[in-house]
Amino acid sequence: MHKISRGSLDWNAVRKDFPILGEGVHGQPLIYFDNAATTQKPRAVLDALQHYYEHDNANVHRGLHELSSRATEAYESARQRVARYLNAASADEIVFTRGTTESINLVAQAWGGKFIRTDDVILLTEMEHHSNLVPWQLLAERTGARLRFVPVREDGTLALDQLPQLLTSEVKLFAFTHISNSLGTINPVTALCRQAHAVGALTLIDAAQSAGHLPLDVQELGCDFLAFSGHKMCGPTGSGALYGRAAVLETLPPWHGGGEMIVSVALEKSTFKRAPHRFEAGTPNIAGAIGLAAAIDYLDGIGRPAIFAHDSALAAYAAERLAELPGMRVLGPKDERGALVGFVMKDVHPHDLTTFADQQGLALRGGHHCNQPLMRKFGLAGTTRASFYFYNTTAEIDRMMEILRAAVRFFS
Amino acid sequence: MNPELEELYQEVILDHSRRPRNFGELADAAVRVHGDNPSCGDEIDLGVKFGVDGSVDEIKFSGHGCAISQASASMMTMKLKGKSRAIAQEMLDAFHGLVTGEGDDTSPLLGDLHLLRGVRKFPQRVKCAMLAWRALEEALRQNVGEATVSTESDFIGPAHD
Repeated sequence: MHKISRGSLDWNAVRKDFPILGEGVHGQPLIYFDNAATTQKPRAVLDALQHYYEHDNANVHRGLHELSSRATEAYESARQRVARYLNAASADEIVFTRGTTESINLVAQAWGGKFIRTDDVILLTEMEHHSNLVPWQLLAERTGARLRFVPVREDGTLALDQLPQLLTSEVKLFAFTHISNSLGTINPVTALCRQAHAVGALTLIDAAQSAGHLPLDVQELGCDFLAFSGHKMCGPTGSGALYGRAAVLETLPPWHGGGEMIVSVALEKSTFKRAPHRFEAGTPNIAGAIGLAAAIDYLDGIGRPAIFAHDSALAAYAAERLAELPGMRVLGPKDERGALVGFVMKDVHPHDLTTFADQQGLALRGGHHCNQPLMRKFGLAGTTRASFYFYNTTAEIDRMMEILRAAVRFFS
Repeated sequence: MNPELEELYQEVILDHSRRPRNFGELADAAVRVHGDNPSCGDEIDLGVKFGVDGSVDEIKFSGHGCAISQASASMMTMKLKGKSRAIAQEMLDAFHGLVTGEGDDTSPLLGDLHLLRGVRKFPQRVKCAMLAWRALEEALRQNVGEATVSTESDFIGPAHD
């Protein structure tokens, strides 16, 4: 575990918690700047997974034997841990899912299927990740609902001056990202929730890029749904959750049928458990939930305010350094940004750049970042993205700059 | 610079990517194919005109993409001019084998295109190298008119990428 001395963190000691950071890539020390795609895992999470499989592994909620009790206890404790992390009023408001994508699909299918009618409007923004766009397109096709979008301005922020015309009484749900995964824009989510509620719309926050970086309090945010992924916050892949405000979540019908989610089953008809178990058909990702709880313990040990201060300072430093390069276009807002920077270089294509960087041990992401409509709007085929987490350092960003300068010399 | 990068981005390849040959629109093309690689947003427009004997008379491309896709398209158009359909198809198969490492890559038909052999060490870049060739494949199949093709659609050939 990292050491805390005189109220400030030793970030280099934190790095030692992550075994993979000692890995070499193509004979070079790894610089991992693809944290918006997935973060690395600390020893504490790896140990929790190992411990579960070595000591407690059994199915949950059904066996009457000791191991099943332990597994059930660990799984439900993990739910409580997630609830505390988000300051949810109750653990019953936390549905375990495979991650953000599945959480949003749950809402689109269960809530959308029951409540959405022809000509109802789902309001989204132009900066949504495909995971907060495609499920609504599918819902619109099934129901005849319409999609409407808050435009993104050239500086990467939402055109909120247009919100009064867009957020009308036909809007049944306003779903938006907290932090853009390609621009780094931090949206004013509390205000958006308040404005949506004023016209009677529900709200869904895509917290994929914020849950591991910022303190989140769902009661203060005032959202009806919030979706996030465990693997983007030190947890295992395939872990994540949907928060649903109890009064709303209880109105949703089941979406997947099977074991775990039923009260009684007859050949023709079944009755279902209450939320959240109603939405967790089949054997859940027990180890994933336990690993996610371990990740949350780890993150809270450092403290999200400290994490956000560190990450956003890295992103601001990277944005400033990148702007030094000739022919460089840095995307997203100038002042405040999340822990990532998207950029385009005049003479070097993102794919060539990421291949070149990878050969020096630097992991960047090149492409459309699951934001095709946004890329099209900005007239870009794709961008290169450097995304940070608390174990990254300014020295790594300086090394990135050397590699980018070498790439410019090589390709132009 | 490490050897894999040197092999992938040989000077000839970088030269073609900076100054692609046969770049532009072919005004009297018999067939035009729009190809795209949705995984990275790269696009190509390939125009082909066939001679009376059915061979490739004129071929040009435009669009945007990474160094590998641009060089592959540029070098492909240079090699294809004057080639019969059968030879063009044979080159397509040989090139696919070359960049995937899944076939006989010793075909003398490929000439300079052998310089793109380094792509096989970068499996995620095979689509970049194949973009122009998929457009060619569709052009040979369509013969006239307009068509679109994507690197995500099934490759009709001896192997897959």
